[in-house]
Parts: sequence; C-alpha cells; structure tokens
Amino acid sequence: MTTSSSAGHSRRDFLFVATGAVAAVGAAAVAWPLVAQLNPDASTVAAGAPIEVDLSPIADGQDIKVFWRGKPIYIMHRTAKQIKEAQAVNVSSLPDPEPDSARVKEGHDQWLVVIGICTHLGCIPIAHEGNYDGFFCPCHGSQYDSSGRIRQGPAPLNLPIPPYAFVSDSRIKIG
Amino acid sequence: MSGPSTFQPQNPVLKWIERRLPIFGLVHSSFVAYPTPRNLNYWWTFGGILSFMLGVQIVTGVILAMHYTPHADLAFNSVEAIVRDVDYGWLLRYLHSNGASMFFIAVYIHMLRGLYYGSYKEPREVLWILGVIIYLLMMATGFMGYVLPWGQMSFWGATVITNLFSAIPYFGESIVTLLWGGYSVGNPTLNRFFSLHYLLPFVIAGVVVLHVWALHVAGQNNPAGVEPKTAKDTVPFTPYATIKDGFGIACFILFYCWFIFYIPNYLGDPDNYIPANPGVTPAHIVPEWYYLPFYAILRSIPNKLLGVVAMFSAILVLAFLPWLDSAKTRSMRYRPLAKQFFWIFVGVCLGLGYLGAQPPEGIYVIAGRILTACYFAYFLIVLPVLSRIEKPRPVPNSIADDVLGKKGVVASLAAIFAVAALLVWDSGSRAQAAGHSPTPPSLSWSFAGPFGKFDQAQLQRGYKVYKEVCSACHSMNLVHYRNLTDPGGPGFSVAQAAALAAEIQVKDGPNDAGDMFERPGRIADRFPSPFPNENAARTANGGAAPPDLSLMAKARGYERGFPQFIFDAFTQFQEKGPNYIHALLTGFEDTPPQGFALPEGSFYNRYFPGHAIKMPNPLSDDQITYDDGTPQKVDQYATDVAAFLMWAAEPKLEERKRIGFQVMIFMVVFAGLLYFTKRAVWADAH
Ligand code: FES
Repeated sequence: MTTSSSAGHSRRDFLFVATGAVAAVGAAAVAWPLVAQLNPDASTVAAGAPIEVDLSPIADGQDIKVFWRGKPIYIMHRTAKQIKEAQAVNVSSLPDPEPDSARVKEGHDQWLVVIGICTHLGCIPIAHEGNYDGFFCPCHGSQYDSSGRIRQGPAPLNLPIPPYAFVSDSRIKIG
Repeated sequence: MSGPSTFQPQNPVLKWIERRLPIFGLVHSSFVAYPTPRNLNYWWTFGGILSFMLGVQIVTGVILAMHYTPHADLAFNSVEAIVRDVDYGWLLRYLHSNGASMFFIAVYIHMLRGLYYGSYKEPREVLWILGVIIYLLMMATGFMGYVLPWGQMSFWGATVITNLFSAIPYFGESIVTLLWGGYSVGNPTLNRFFSLHYLLPFVIAGVVVLHVWALHVAGQNNPAGVEPKTAKDTVPFTPYATIKDGFGIACFILFYCWFIFYIPNYLGDPDNYIPANPGVTPAHIVPEWYYLPFYAILRSIPNKLLGVVAMFSAILVLAFLPWLDSAKTRSMRYRPLAKQFFWIFVGVCLGLGYLGAQPPEGIYVIAGRILTACYFAYFLIVLPVLSRIEKPRPVPNSIADDVLGKKGVVASLAAIFAVAALLVWDSGSRAQAAGHSPTPPSLSWSFAGPFGKFDQAQLQRGYKVYKEVCSACHSMNLVHYRNLTDPGGPGFSVAQAAALAAEIQVKDGPNDAGDMFERPGRIADRFPSPFPNENAARTANGGAAPPDLSLMAKARGYERGFPQFIFDAFTQFQEKGPNYIHALLTGFEDTPPQGFALPEGSFYNRYFPGHAIKMPNPLSDDQITYDDGTPQKVDQYATDVAAFLMWAAEPKLEERKRIGFQVMIFMVVFAGLLYFTKRAVWADAH
C-alpha cells in the first residue's frame, strides 16, 4: 500500500463502486435485447391483423372453427333451444357468473363467437358435446354451456370472447 | 485446478456443499488465489478475450438458432427475417457474424503471442497442442457457420472446401459423398452442417477447459520467459489479472462494436447476399478472411493432393513447434535473431492472406509460391537452426527483476492496435474480379457516416421510381407493404401503405370450396413479383432473369484498391452498393466504344462487369412525375432509387447507428473506469 490516507481510500472505494455500478448497468442493457428477441416478430404481428368471416354459409345449429392469431375461434349458430337454455340459467349459480347477453352482440343472439381454448390448461373443447348443449373438453372433462360458460369440471373461467364486431348482418370482423 | 485448496468457507451452507463437492475451492484456487506472474503485459489478456468471445458466440448462436430455418429453400430468407423482423435480430446477427471475425483476430494474436514468448516450450507442450486443437475446431465451426445463411459464397465455399477431401486417394469421393449426403451440396449438407455448427462450440468449450487446466498446472508463461521463483514474482489472479483482463476485454469490445454498428458488412462478401444458386459460380470465390493464408498455400501448389496436404500441414506443423524450436531461452525478447525472423514470419502470413484474396493468376501465383516456401521454412529450417546457433542475451534473474527494468505498456498497447488494424486491413483486401469496369463515383449519401439517416422524401421518391419502372421486371421479395410504415423508412402512414397494398391483387386460398382466389393486397403482403416464376422471368427477358432487388444494395460491390479499402474501415464507408446502382443506371451508352462487339439483345453499360447488359436503359428524363418539385432527371431518379434500395437492403440502418452511438459512449466511459480501477488495484503491487 503506497498511500494509506483515508482520502485516498475513499476515492478508491468510490472508483470501485462506480465501475461496478456501470458494469451492472451494462449487463442489464445487454440482457434487454436478449430477452426482447423472444417477442413475436414483425411478420407474426402483421399476420395477426383482423380477419373477416362470412356467416351466411353456417346453418342453424352448425358451427365453424376459424383461426385468428393461431387460436381456434368457434363461431356457433345457436338454435332457439340453445339460446333459451343459455338465457334461462340462474347467473349467480355459475362458477364464473356472466349473463348470456354479455356474451353475444346485441341483436345477434343466434351467434356465439368464442375462443375455443379451454381455460383449464389449453386443450380445445369439442362443440355440441357434454351435458349443457355447448362444449366438452376431453382433456380433463370441463363442460361449457351453449353460451360458452363453464358449468362443470376443473376449468375456472368461461371461454373468452375475442374482440369482434358485425360489419353487416352476415359478416363479422375478428380482431 | 492444482491440488487441494486452502479455501475454507465460513457460511454453513457453503461448508455443507464444499464437503461434498469442493466446487468453491476449485473456483477459488483457479480464479482467485491462482498465482499469476506479475509482469504479464496486455498480450496476455487475449486469453480472457477469447473466453469472452466464445461466450458471445454461443449465446448469440443459440438465440439465432431459435429463429433460423435449416432448409435449403428457407435458410436464406429466414436469416433475412431475423434481421428484418425479429426484435434486435439485426444486432444479434451482426454480433454473431462479426463475432466470428473478432474471435479469429483474437486467436491469431493469442497464437502469435505464444510464438513470440515461447509459450509452447517445456513444460507447456500439451497446453500448446490443446490450443492447436481448439484452433482447428474453430476453423471447422467457422466454416460450417458461414454455410448456414445459404448465400452464393456459402454454397460455393461449401462446395470447394468439401471437395478438398476428394483429393484423398481411393476414399476421397466416398468421403465427399458422406459429407454431402447427396450427389452435390444440398439440403442434407445444410442440415448436417447446422447440427455440427451447433455442436462444435460446446466441444471447443470442453477443450478450453482442458487448455485452462493444463495452463493452471504448468503456470502461465510471461514476457521474461523465466519461471516464478518466489512469492514476490506473482500476484493473485483476483483482483490483479481479473481487472486487467476486464480492461482488455472492454477495449476489445469497443473495437468489436465499431464493426457491429458502423461497418457490419465490411468483413463479409457481397456475394453472400445473393441466394445460393447451384447453377452459377461467383466470378471469384474467396473464403472468409481468416482462412485466406491457408487458401493461398492451397492454391500455390499446382497438384490437387499436394495442395491439400500443404494446406493441412501448414496448420499441423504448429503442433510440432515445441520440438522444432529447441532453444532454451523462451522469450524472443532475448533472442535478437529469432525476434527478427518472427516479424518476417508475421509479414509472410499477412502477405499470404493478401494473396489468398487475389485472383490466382500471374504474379500472384509466383508470390504465393515464394511465401508458401517462406512459411514452411520458418518452422522447418529457421527455428531449428536458430535454436542451435543463436546466442541469446542474458535473461533476467527473476520476474521481480524484470518488472523493475520494465518499459511502459504504451508500446504494447500500440502494438495491439497495430496488429489488429493490420489484420483488418489484410482482411479487407478481398478482391472482386472487377473486370475492367471503371470505379463508380462515390456520391454523398444522407445515410453515410456514424449519424447517417435516410431522407424520407428521397425514399418516397425512390419507391415511386421502383414502382413505376423497376417493378415491371424486378421483384422485391423481402419487402412488405408494412415495412413502408416502419420507423427509419420512407415514413408512409399506415393508411397510405394500406392504400398502396390495396392496388395489387394477391393470390390466396384455397377457400372452403378448395378454390384459389384473388383478393386485394394487405399491408402484411410482400411486394408483388412481376413474373410467376424464374423461368417465366428468364424467357420474358432475353434469357437473363431480372434479379430480386431486396438486397441489391448489399449484394453488389467493387474494388476500392489499396490503400483505400483500409481507410474505408475508419471512415465507415459502406455505400458501394448504392454507388454502383446509381452508376449502372446512369452508365448506359447508345453506341458502344469502337471495337466493342455487343452481343445481340444486349446493351452497353460502362459500369456493368463485361459491359454487355440484358437490361435496356430503363430511365429517361421526365419519365416519372415528382410532386415535390425535385428535378425530373435520370441522375435524380437513379440516386433516389439507389437510396430506396439501400433502405430495402438495410432497413434497420438508422436504429443500428443510433444504438451504436449510445453503446460506444457507454463503452468508452466503462473502459475508462476500468482503466483507473486497474491502476488503483495495481498500485499495491508495484
Ligand atoms: S384442459 Fe380442458 S379440462 Fe383440462
């Protein structure tokens, strides 16, 4: 030790701390792009643009599956019976209470549009199966009703509704 | 890694683990308490720099592999998608591609340092041979990595290098078939190279562990070449060597960043921005710069088998160095003759590197043969003879004595940068078989230099020229309408881009009925191709398919000549492509010069290699209407479209330069702090 004055010491300590701090900032800055690259890339984002679906070919009681952003979207043309069942349920008795009116667009009661991904662990439920005239998930037995609401089984939530709007009576735009 | 450690952890958890797995003791004895000679100069930091670079290559490589597609039809575009679409993908790709070059710069300095200070001599022979093995593995890894982007140089480099093995008598052809997995270089080759390119770095890391182990058994050599005798001769690895290595690495990162952010394509070959085409060999095949000396040796032997043997011997001879040079004095500091021959040898290697980039004709072949002879003579004649006849100067008694009589580090640092610069100069010397075309004039571009930015209005005009003229024959497959709205681009609004996209019809489908149908374009669509396929393009254009323009501004270059190409590294000159495009578009002449036989269906162009181009002069004054009052002249059109193509080829240029500036400032501050910290730490040791 050539200089042992305390001023010299604290100057050195400051230098060490400053260098260490700058190194830490640098390490964090390096980590940023290494993590950011995991995001969906620009072409994936662009491919996730809204899609339009023509509803006219879907007959009463039928359903179709379309893909938006890699997710299956069920579009179900509900029968009068299904609509009535969905509306008749006592909302407060449901695990995830939501009235049927909140799950369809006003004036378009016959169209149920849901993301077909089970809210339990992500399997795809089968339409028109199960005890509630809606969906049945074969993975662990969750059952959804004709409004896509969870009624029975391990799934905690109703099937989510994707953002969509009616552009005309027989066309919707998803996204 | 040398015997049981004296490390005694206090913490009970650490104690518990240490009794069962003495890993903390291992780390402590290897990287903390490990005694390192106190007279090491900055040349010794390259070991740390190499470990750092191996880490960088593995991390960036693993990430790139997440986005890369190893398929002959998809690989090229997947690399471009990384650069264009992945967040910071351009950064990761340039880190990795330039990282390979930096790795080799560092390894060459590391090897020359070993050569100069006699680090291969007893008892470090195994350490040295492990180093040669690492170097060989690096060459193999670098080569296979260069194949992965599947550009023209990738493909033809792979073809040429794998064919080296066909020189082997009897088994050659079968070995080559095994390497290819087919009758030629193709998709199976690409797949196995990808697999091996991912594997080998971990093999390297394994051998590096052995290398460091051997180092820690024998102890580090040092500039004086005398072994440490007393405790006064050494200092503990941490903090002394750690902080010094840290400063060395920080300086190296600064050098590295210059390439990544400002001249990322300086060390690359423009031909590799052309997708692999098994039907056309580039006019002049050059390997990456780090193989050039060996490539020169290969070419200077006029016999296939002997050439290959000479090339591999040039590397393998290194492994025998400990026995070829039997001089007792390690460091060439005390060997006046050997020192001179060493620098001549460095010159020979650089000379071979230069020749490796030149076309194999005339004087270059003769010079190549002479230097090849010199290369081998150094190992097989000079060193063995010198070690017997040379009378060395006295070496210092101890390392402590050496430190007392020591010169400043400034000379060493200057030498580091001199050699680094030399290597870079050398590497830039790759020649394009330029034909005899005049050099395109250098225009002043808004996007040149460290703060360069694209001129939005110019890009919009350039797009108009492309759309109204070029797009009649040329596709731009890598550019989408959405890119027109990207920051750092032409600055169209989303609505404008959507409107432009809606003008085209895109084939989509099949629909539910199984039919293909046409729909208006969306911004996610690419620019349309004017022809349904390459054969149609060829037929419609007199036998020459108009090339895709997406990467044109990076896929064309020309010779800048010595010494201009050296200055280009410092002035950040990266605008060969746009200069060439502008020159080509303004270089048409109605009547070819006297005596030039213009083939039927071709047009005379001053700047096109060979002068006979199939494309007729596409531009004329007042052909395209500019709304902003810019002069409607051919020269203006050509400049604007060249700028537009530069943006299309390098869409992240502005982001790159902006982040580059921030990184440079940060690294200068950090390196400065490390320097003062290092001085403060070492103040105790002097
Ligand atoms: S994933 Fe549907 S029930 Fe478990």
